[in-house]
Amino acid sequence: MKIVMRGEELQPVAIRVENLSKDFGSLRAVNSVSFEVVSGEVFGLLGPNGAGKTTLIKMLCTLLKPTSGKAEIAGFDIVKNPSEVRKNIGIVFQEPTLDVELTAKENLDFHGRLYGMDGKKRNERIKEVLKLVGLEDRADELVKKFSGGMQRRLEIARGFMHFPKVLFLDEPTLGLDVQTRRKIWEYIDKVRKEEDITIILTTHYIEEAENLCDRVAIIDHGNIIALDTVERLKNRVGEDSIEIVTEGDVSDFIELMKSANLRVVRTEEGLMVSAGEAERLIPQIFSLANKNGIVIKSVSLKKSSLEDVFILLTGRKIREESSSGALHVMRARRMGR
Amino acid sequence: MELYGIYVLWLRDLKRYIRARSRIIGSLGMPIFFLAFLGIGFRRAQIPSLPENLSYIDFLAPGIVSMVVLFTGTFSGVSIVWDRQFGFLREIMVSPLSRTTISLGRTIGGATTAIIQGTLMLFVSFLVGFRPALDGLIYSMFFMVLIAISFTGLGIAISTLMEDIHGFQLVINFFLFPLFFLSGALFPISELPPFLRSLTYLNPLTYGVDGMRWSLVRFSEFSPLVDLSVLFVFSVFVILLSTFMFERTEVG
Ligand SMILES: Nc1ncnc2c1ncn2[C@@H]1O[C@H](COP(=O)(O)OP(=O)(O)OP(=O)(O)O)[C@@H](O)[C@H]1O
Ligand SMILES: [Mg+2]
Repeated sequence: MKIVMRGEELQPVAIRVENLSKDFGSLRAVNSVSFEVVSGEVFGLLGPNGAGKTTLIKMLCTLLKPTSGKAEIAGFDIVKNPSEVRKNIGIVFQEPTLDVELTAKENLDFHGRLYGMDGKKRNERIKEVLKLVGLEDRADELVKKFSGGMQRRLEIARGFMHFPKVLFLDEPTLGLDVQTRRKIWEYIDKVRKEEDITIILTTHYIEEAENLCDRVAIIDHGNIIALDTVERLKNRVGEDSIEIVTEGDVSDFIELMKSANLRVVRTEEGLMVSAGEAERLIPQIFSLANKNGIVIKSVSLKKSSLEDVFILLTGRKIREESSSGALHVMRARRMGR
Repeated sequence: MELYGIYVLWLRDLKRYIRARSRIIGSLGMPIFFLAFLGIGFRRAQIPSLPENLSYIDFLAPGIVSMVVLFTGTFSGVSIVWDRQFGFLREIMVSPLSRTTISLGRTIGGATTAIIQGTLMLFVSFLVGFRPALDGLIYSMFFMVLIAISFTGLGIAISTLMEDIHGFQLVINFFLFPLFFLSGALFPISELPPFLRSLTYLNPLTYGVDGMRWSLVRFSEFSPLVDLSVLFVFSVFVILLSTFMFERTEVG
């Protein structure tokens, strides 16, 4: 495995993509994309419908042949050595791929066999992964009786069951309701902590990318238009801000805050504090106000989000329907590719 | 590894088959009615090319058993389209199994269910008064296996040409039924006018039906060795064809 310098430490590269392109007829779905993902990282591909995320994933997992360029997974070339690549990856596709006529356990058992796991190891592992996604008491139920969220969890469990080095998650929470989505994030987080695994996930949910990923590539019309850590991407559009309106004059309050090392400016109605993760400052601000007898009339928080980054770069929103990215929640229907 | 892969796919097919009890019975419905009503309706009919001592039910039953194997085999081959539609095929396609293994696994799995269905049909036909030669049951197995493999494989080859499951009716009406009617399953092919008869010679199922009939009631229009050879060559050809075609499909 090749070694690359990132920051202070030396880390092996799990995925290396160089100028990868895919044409469908005259349509260029993925355009000369390059990036590297380090072992243990959670890497996100964020982009609107039709950006080329799924196409990119399908090339990386050897289902589609690239038109040009190359890529390596765990050191194996996706074109020259597809079978080695397949042994080292797990995938959760955008569309469901379970056998709904079989039980959860049978699906996993079949999977384990496909990857040549022997009986004892398979049974242990089935218990382990079902527990990890909270389905241990549904093991013997037919998958067709599962809810959408449960099926998704089962697919994720299946995806990493055979100890793959790289796990691909294509829109892991598409079409699920908010609670289920958060549950799945928890499970994905658990997987990354408990398994020795690199995760690459695609999404068009801003919040998902912000919550789960170490680094995010923003992809639009087949091009990667930005790639960095979530924090640094957000810094491109500035920090969060808190707007506060108090009773009476704000000058004293502003002075107090300045002496507490907050960056604060006067606005028309009141004052505005800027900071990285501004919501963490709210308690401090309140106790400061309480101690000094200042009455706060209203507080509003504006988070900067990757949505702003996308707007900055393209002039469009990732999802046209969605308003303020991070705080907005939507219930997308399960759609085709 | 590859052999094990075939076994894994076979196991899945079998599990699904056993679970779908209503389908097992449902799919035997039509052939049972064919056998019962045609058998009763034509029981006194005089067919010149049949020997005196051969009742029509004895003539018909091997044909109906072949029909069951033909239909079940082709259906399970074509059912890859379902797996593609419902995504499950991808789970298999990104696994380390080679395309050849996948196609062979499906062929053997599908063929097994076809053979089981055929055998069930054979037992059912005893109830309608069919009395085959007992040692012939063993010979008939060889023919059933070859028919099953041939047509499951052909089903897989067809599935690679199908976009979605809507083509399924087409396969039934314009492929399976003509194959069945022009195979000598319902009447001796020597009853047909020359043009149609020459078509039946091109139909591999003709040799399957004839072989089955020879095994079970010792009446045949060709030599059983001819039946066996034609069917064997055909099944090898189909396996090569279906593997080749399957290898070239992209699942996307
Ligand atoms: N098999 C195909 N044949 C032709 N065009 C295709 C095919 N698959 C994808 N495309 C096109 O390639 C482009 C990228 O599609 P892709 O599915 O990769 O987008 P995506 O980013 O995954 O979108 P979504 O968020 O909707 O899943 C789209 O314009 C799509 O219409
Ligand atoms: Mg997609």
